[in-house]
Amino acid sequence: MTLPPCYEPLDEDEVPDASEDADRVTAAEGPAGSSRRSFLVGSAVATASAFVVPLLAGADSKPAAPESANATRVTLDINGKLHELQLDPRTTLLDVLRENLDLTGAKKGCDQGACGACTVLVDGRRVNSCLTLAVMHSGKKIVTIEGLSIDGRLHPLQAAFIRNDGFQCGYCTPGQICSAVALLSEGHTKSDDEIREWMSGNLCRCGAYLNIVAAVREAANETV
Amino acid sequence: MRPFNFALGAEESAVLKSGAIANTKFIAGGTNLVDLMKCEVEHPAHVLDINALPMSNVEREGQGVRIGALVRMSDAADHPLVLRGFPAISQALLLSASPQLRNAASLGGNLMQRVRCPYFRELTWTPCNKREPGSGCSAINGDNRMHAILGTSEACIATHPSDFAVALAALDGVLTIRSAKGEREVAATDFHLLPGTTPHLEHNLKAGELITSIYLPDARHAQRSAYLKIRDRASYEFALTSAAIGLEVSGGVIRSARVALGGVATKPWRSRDAEAALVGKAADVPAFRNAADVALRSAKGYEHNGFKIELAKRTLVRALTDLAGGAA
Repeated sequence: MTLPPCYEPLDEDEVPDASEDADRVTAAEGPAGSSRRSFLVGSAVATASAFVVPLLAGADSKPAAPESANATRVTLDINGKLHELQLDPRTTLLDVLRENLDLTGAKKGCDQGACGACTVLVDGRRVNSCLTLAVMHSGKKIVTIEGLSIDGRLHPLQAAFIRNDGFQCGYCTPGQICSAVALLSEGHTKSDDEIREWMSGNLCRCGAYLNIVAAVREAANETV
Repeated sequence: MRPFNFALGAEESAVLKSGAIANTKFIAGGTNLVDLMKCEVEHPAHVLDINALPMSNVEREGQGVRIGALVRMSDAADHPLVLRGFPAISQALLLSASPQLRNAASLGGNLMQRVRCPYFRELTWTPCNKREPGSGCSAINGDNRMHAILGTSEACIATHPSDFAVALAALDGVLTIRSAKGEREVAATDFHLLPGTTPHLEHNLKAGELITSIYLPDARHAQRSAYLKIRDRASYEFALTSAAIGLEVSGGVIRSARVALGGVATKPWRSRDAEAALVGKAADVPAFRNAADVALRSAKGYEHNGFKIELAKRTLVRALTDLAGGAA
């Protein structure tokens, strides 16, 4: 079997035979009730050698991993801990955190990048974890709200949110805090207006904005 | 989301070869693609991660600046070469989306983003010619407050959502596009297509082609350029109207001008007529107002968005006035 040079090859014994794989796949139903059979006929059979095979994982799926025709193996570095996972490539980073790893701090608000409740840090930069595929994060350092405190000591922003009552229901708070942690390192905290503009990707439906801005301002002053 | 095969691309020639396989989507930031895959408007069979390709540089080249298509919006906005030579580009990027989205979204992806028409996203009950050619347009007689007033057709009135693409059209950006067959260049103004009777065709990228970089040519009107965006809330919102402009003024007279409008058209809307109306005139409000009338001459309002015609004119006049006042 020839593989295009762009794909990371797996060990030879892990590369399943395409025909065997097709049998396995067609027996499975897609999660939305749609049979994977039509999907395969249209695409995967013809292109199995090009696309599918190098990324198919072996048979050592963990209980938490979804049953998937084209499960992809990925190692995620989350809060300093490595997690070896086999994931359906459809899985978003947010869903891995919440559903596979029980890190439920990052919240699913809108699930379409409009609210910021799912904000996490990837290599120090804030992103919406709901709009990114988990399999694209191999080798990156992911930090969630659960990874901010050190030895039980709250991150200065966590402490500032508590002191300033920067929340009401608390649902948006993990995203707000992760976003604000990045904001501090970006340095966009010269005025309240600047904080508001650079925190605009995090909505708070309770309307705790006044106290959120106060918390960010206080933490920014502390860390100067 | 429907199932797909995922692959990591490590080397350009192989990526371009694989990209030509039917129903393959390249993914960079994924902020638009993943969203549309969730609502099943997009359902590629193959998703090919291109982030490992060496397309993340910003550098001087000849009389201009070349920006890799994988450069993230936030990085391009902050880059000294962009800030110094093309402030409208930086401003347009910073007024887009949110810090989180700008950190993830690539410039190439920004140009490839699909429209935000709610009927386009909703596939359970509304017809949409863009999503399903020939099914009809729900927006023309529907809730069309956010829709276009320029470049519309009977088949589609969806607004092109990008701010960056508007600034790029104004400042004569050029896209470099590669495929397994070779490389070609396309002016930013020629990249996006008018809907006409084929609104499902949004750009002139062929199957297997990839935007690899964006070139910005130096110009005085680019150095003195700006982007003004008017929206329903102060931040994190698409434009109702916007203007990307550049001016070269000496002795109070406009020597060259660049004008493009956003939030109002089915593609980034360069107005060469408005530019021609400005050149040779005194840089003052009557000239700006005349140019605005020219720019919106062919505008057509629908039930809920007629206000955009006057708002777009005022947006352009204010942008030009602020810019001229800044260094006239």
